[in-house]
Amino acid sequence: MRIERRPHRPLSLIVLSPIIAIAAALAVSGGLIAIAGANPFVAYGLILRGAFGSILGFTEMLTRATPLILTGLAAAVAFRAKVWNIGGEGQFYIGAIAVAAFASGSWIAGWPPVLVIPMAMAAGAIAGMAMLLVPLGLRLKFGVDEVVTSLLLNFVALLFVSMMIEGPLRDPLAFGWPSSVPVVDAATLPKLIERTRVHIGLIVAIGLAFAIYFIQARTVFGLQSRAAGLNAPAARFAGVPWVRTLVIVACMSGGLAGLAGAIEVMGVRGYVASDLSPGYGYSGIIVAMLANLHPIGVIAAALFAAIMFVGSDSMSRALGIPSYIADVTVALSLLTMLVSLFFTQYRIVR
Amino acid sequence: MDVIEIFASAGLWGAVLRIATPLIFGTLGALLCERSGVLNLGIEGIMTFGAMIGWLTVYSGGDLWTGIMAAAFFGALFGLLHAVLTVPLGLSQHVTGLGITLFASSLSYYIFRLSVPLASSPPTITPFQPIFIPGLSDLPFFGPALFSQTAPTYLGIALALGLAYVIFRTPLGLAIRMTGENPHGAEAQGVNPIAVRIGAVMAGSALMGVGGAFLTLSAFNSFFPTMVQGRGWVCIALVVFASWRPGRALLGALLFAFFDAFQLRLQNVIGAIPYQIFLMFPYLLSIAALVVMARRARVPQALMQPYRRGER
Repeated sequence: MRIERRPHRPLSLIVLSPIIAIAAALAVSGGLIAIAGANPFVAYGLILRGAFGSILGFTEMLTRATPLILTGLAAAVAFRAKVWNIGGEGQFYIGAIAVAAFASGSWIAGWPPVLVIPMAMAAGAIAGMAMLLVPLGLRLKFGVDEVVTSLLLNFVALLFVSMMIEGPLRDPLAFGWPSSVPVVDAATLPKLIERTRVHIGLIVAIGLAFAIYFIQARTVFGLQSRAAGLNAPAARFAGVPWVRTLVIVACMSGGLAGLAGAIEVMGVRGYVASDLSPGYGYSGIIVAMLANLHPIGVIAAALFAAIMFVGSDSMSRALGIPSYIADVTVALSLLTMLVSLFFTQYRIVR
Repeated sequence: MDVIEIFASAGLWGAVLRIATPLIFGTLGALLCERSGVLNLGIEGIMTFGAMIGWLTVYSGGDLWTGIMAAAFFGALFGLLHAVLTVPLGLSQHVTGLGITLFASSLSYYIFRLSVPLASSPPTITPFQPIFIPGLSDLPFFGPALFSQTAPTYLGIALALGLAYVIFRTPLGLAIRMTGENPHGAEAQGVNPIAVRIGAVMAGSALMGVGGAFLTLSAFNSFFPTMVQGRGWVCIALVVFASWRPGRALLGALLFAFFDAFQLRLQNVIGAIPYQIFLMFPYLLSIAALVVMARRARVPQALMQPYRRGER
């Protein structure tokens, strides 16, 4: 028995692979739910009802999907060019704190939202870009693996945010845990549906997914970034401006993760606290891999993760199963997706 | 208290060894994996799981050493998962390792929450006590500084020396190094690179699990989520700093722990600087170490390259 490369990759398998992966992950998690003493089918039913059973649950799921689409795109864009940006979590927080610093002063309070919202989003994106250009610079200049540096910088970013919200940006009126001063009303994103939390950030995220799809499929830069990822030496030989391509990719990736943080502050929280992200940066990596790095697929994968996260909260209340089961399932689906992608390229022969 | 007094305090040097211990185990584990050619980014999650399962074993009535063994066993199990995906299947070691980390840490939170209901303060166990060595532990200064550690700390130091011996002086070590440098060459010499890699990753991951267990069974006495705090990633950086040599890994972990213990005490001396600046120091130091060593270090030549029989 050995493993052999398939002569061609059947399209049906590529399309089916995420479905098989998610089914396998759900099966294993089902076992974990059964060990905890609950019926997995009842639990999954409750998860679906939690995410789709009410307007509140459904809009909450969309609210949760918004940052996941953006961090998922951030990872997908970078991974396609083999820029291993694992720093999405740090970039998310730096983008968030940039907005809190930029859009909280009294000087900006009188400005119209049409001006403030794009400027605040840009501030978050630029902060995220800067955060990723450090590890990329270290890779290009010194040959340091950006996986480890971008991971380590996540902790630095979190400490920096903590320093800001306990220091210069601290809200003197807030009780309990330290939080930043709130952003001005002009920087608050309009709601999509009244009396829910879902906001126009969702439209921005979906729009960006389509924009990135267009860039990757139809522009010279898209081709260059894919070439840089598939075979760097060949791409350079063919005249692809390798360094410039990687820098632009890093700007897009860091910018998207920073924007995710900015939009979360402007659309949902209104301020920055150290519990702003339940790991959106890390979940983004899973979302990107589940989507096989396809920008439109990222939307679907982010919805899957959001259904699991939001649905398991209400399932947990009903059955007493820890809601961490959602994190377990989503993380497992990354591993099963890797295996199922492998079998689109290879097969076992006797 | 000023800076000189910090250096002269036995507490600092005692803390260095204590802080270094999980890093010693983690770095040696990662080093063993990488010497055979496999990067194991599952380390952060494996340490978290080790911390949880070690604690849970003792909390539910087990012996402290049973807790250590449980951490090693489950570490090896996650290592097996990483190895199966990256060695025979040859999947991306970066992405698989991150997947292992996310899976292992969320699974440990799930199991912890399932076994211990939500409480205002996490339940505690009786951790390892310092070993009293007659003669040495009574020494003024050196006693509390060097000879008042718990058993796993001494085990970690011995392990570094033992691993150095195995890697550089035994046929097994030669097989591991050959597999990490040139698996085709190793195969030609009658070594099975697939088996060596799976074995090395499992053994290395067991060490990572023990490093995590030290946190809950010796350094602290309870488990809480996110307690590993990037120590796994620091270990990955320390392997590069150590140039893939166990002796230097020990030295690197001690040096790193020294800076960490020093910054904790410096915080009390210099009050004007926000404490977060000091806490950033270990992570920035790891990045600096990577930058200094990246070009100089002798990377195992086949690191991160999957091996397939008959394919080049």
